Amino acid sequence: MAGLAAAFGSGAMTNSFAELEKANCIFAIGTNTTVAHPIASMRLMRAKANGAKLIVVDPRRTQIASLAHLHIQHRLGTDVALINGIMHIIYKNGWHNQAFIEARTENFPALMEMIDKFPPERVSEITGVPVAQLQQAAEWYSQAEASAICYVLGITQHSTGTDNVKSLANLAMICGHIGRPSTGVNPIRGQNNVQGACDMGCLPNVFPGYQYITVPENLEKFAKAWNAKLSPTPGLTMFEQIDAILEGKVKGLVVFGANPVTSYPDVNRVEKAMKALEFLLVMDIFPTPTTEFAHVVLPATSFAESDGTFSSSERRVQRVRPAIDPIPGKTNWEAIQELSTRMGYPMNFTSGEDIFNEMASLTPAFGGMTFERLNEKGLCWPCPTPDHPGTQYLHKDRFARGLGAFQSIDYRPPAEAPDAEYPLWLTTGTLFTHYLTGTMTRRCPSLHHENPVVEVEIHPEDAHRLHIQPGEEVKATSRRGSIMVKALVTERVKPGVVFIPLHFAENAANRLTNAALDPITKTPEYKVCAVSLDKVA
Amino acid sequence: MDFRSVLTTCPYCAVGCNLLLQVLDGQIIGTLPAKTGPSNQGSLCIKGWNVHEFIQHKDRLTKPLIRQGGSLKETTWDDALDYAASQLTSLKDQYGPESVVFAGSARCTNEETYIFQKFARAVFGHNHIDHCARL
Repeated sequence: MAGLAAAFGSGAMTNSFAELEKANCIFAIGTNTTVAHPIASMRLMRAKANGAKLIVVDPRRTQIASLAHLHIQHRLGTDVALINGIMHIIYKNGWHNQAFIEARTENFPALMEMIDKFPPERVSEITGVPVAQLQQAAEWYSQAEASAICYVLGITQHSTGTDNVKSLANLAMICGHIGRPSTGVNPIRGQNNVQGACDMGCLPNVFPGYQYITVPENLEKFAKAWNAKLSPTPGLTMFEQIDAILEGKVKGLVVFGANPVTSYPDVNRVEKAMKALEFLLVMDIFPTPTTEFAHVVLPATSFAESDGTFSSSERRVQRVRPAIDPIPGKTNWEAIQELSTRMGYPMNFTSGEDIFNEMASLTPAFGGMTFERLNEKGLCWPCPTPDHPGTQYLHKDRFARGLGAFQSIDYRPPAEAPDAEYPLWLTTGTLFTHYLTGTMTRRCPSLHHENPVVEVEIHPEDAHRLHIQPGEEVKATSRRGSIMVKALVTERVKPGVVFIPLHFAENAANRLTNAALDPITKTPEYKVCAVSLDKVA
Repeated sequence: MDFRSVLTTCPYCAVGCNLLLQVLDGQIIGTLPAKTGPSNQGSLCIKGWNVHEFIQHKDRLTKPLIRQGGSLKETTWDDALDYAASQLTSLKDQYGPESVVFAGSARCTNEETYIFQKFARAVFGHNHIDHCARL
């Protein structure tokens, strides 16, 4: 989010899902769309059927990659070099959009200077991608009338995640593929309400609606509305919170609907932090590895017992309606309200709608929304007034920040690379049947049946060299820990690269992953680390 | 017999598919895609089609738990909330409000998240609140 916010002034998907079908070229990078967002992947397939060129950039040969006109299989963690190289070719051929650059952007000379350092031969050497493929991608993306970029966690889950996103923003701006229908830079969010959690200010630097806590008027507005003394100092991100616990500065943690003991990188270290806490309060729908460390566990309601809204990836705020009574006897907001009241800050909300109305009254982007208006098809923010139809795509005549800002980004290699002891690249991701740490999907018999155990994808050449048979149990080890996995010998991965899905708490891939953080967003490098695979017997 | 179909939004990825939960006498027995869903237009993926299977799963937490003598024991809402409030208050008094931090969720509703961050900011007077957007 920080990457797009720096370039455009807003971190959301710029365009809507339906528009993707009408794009003339789709540049999908770091998104295993058919697996992680199957319904969105249908838009990509329809776009292809409508004649669009489909470029997929992924180190693995995923299903969507096999359907693409061009699959660029670059080395892990070389995204910045790749995109700089594509921009280099676009500029050298005069395929850039000079009028757009002059009218809508700033800082282009600095970018030019940077991309000058990325001639195709050098980029090919860094990324392992043939020059011809770079040229083809540059031509298709820049020459199409409307080109859309889609990306997901394959771009952001790197120690260079912000750089990767800024590079994509550069690519869109250099060609003027933004601020029009069927273009843009579109992060497809992985979790149902990650957009909403950001929208609602569940971040250490903003109030709801991205109103910065550091702006005195915002602070004053919320302090007055909430009748509370608020702080203008940005707080700790989730990974800084873990550090602060281990340093002894933080003694208590309140976890609401999250499972850090499987989902955070370097799980062994997270467990140490959980043990060090004097008080851990966890609210969740199922027992998880995190609840095992808790001093108090509050049972939560699922979406099927909740009355409220989710914000989808395309900024669409949609209704969530209760199908059954709360299984724990209380809704989540009631439990938090009662805890707050007990701590001397009484809250008196009467329903989810009542909470929504207070939020909307303080959040301009949601100001025109009511449950009644959302009931039919939802509304995409910004929707500032009761008669506003919502916003299909962003940055039409101006960027949220005014001019679009080019960011000149140099290539930095991943934080960890293979060596003699840990000779293989490990990347992580998802399976089509499972979601996050599997607490929900692994309890669905139909889904569990499809993927019951964790498997490591390994190329036949590597398997042969290591004498690993298909289906054999092997031990995967990194500098941080080891897990047992079953070998799945496949050409989906390149030689030298292995892939492990992250859903299996009992053999969590995140015992292996590196907690090296992106310096700005503090996103850990889930997607790249070095491992060894060893026979057990 | 009470049979209802409840229109709602899928809780998995952020495409925001609309679906119908089929409820028979208080049991959620099936899922159907909603043709009116702007992003899914009558389709669902395998996770969506089977979403009803986890909702009333036997493993669901139904009662608050408090750690006693090393293990978690069932208790009442009042006891759990009283105890949690007293523990959080005593950390706040003893070590200062910044000694307690908050990890929210990308899966809960907007309303739940709003009230959670309001609680953290208003009661503790700091901004040590984050969630897994970075995952």
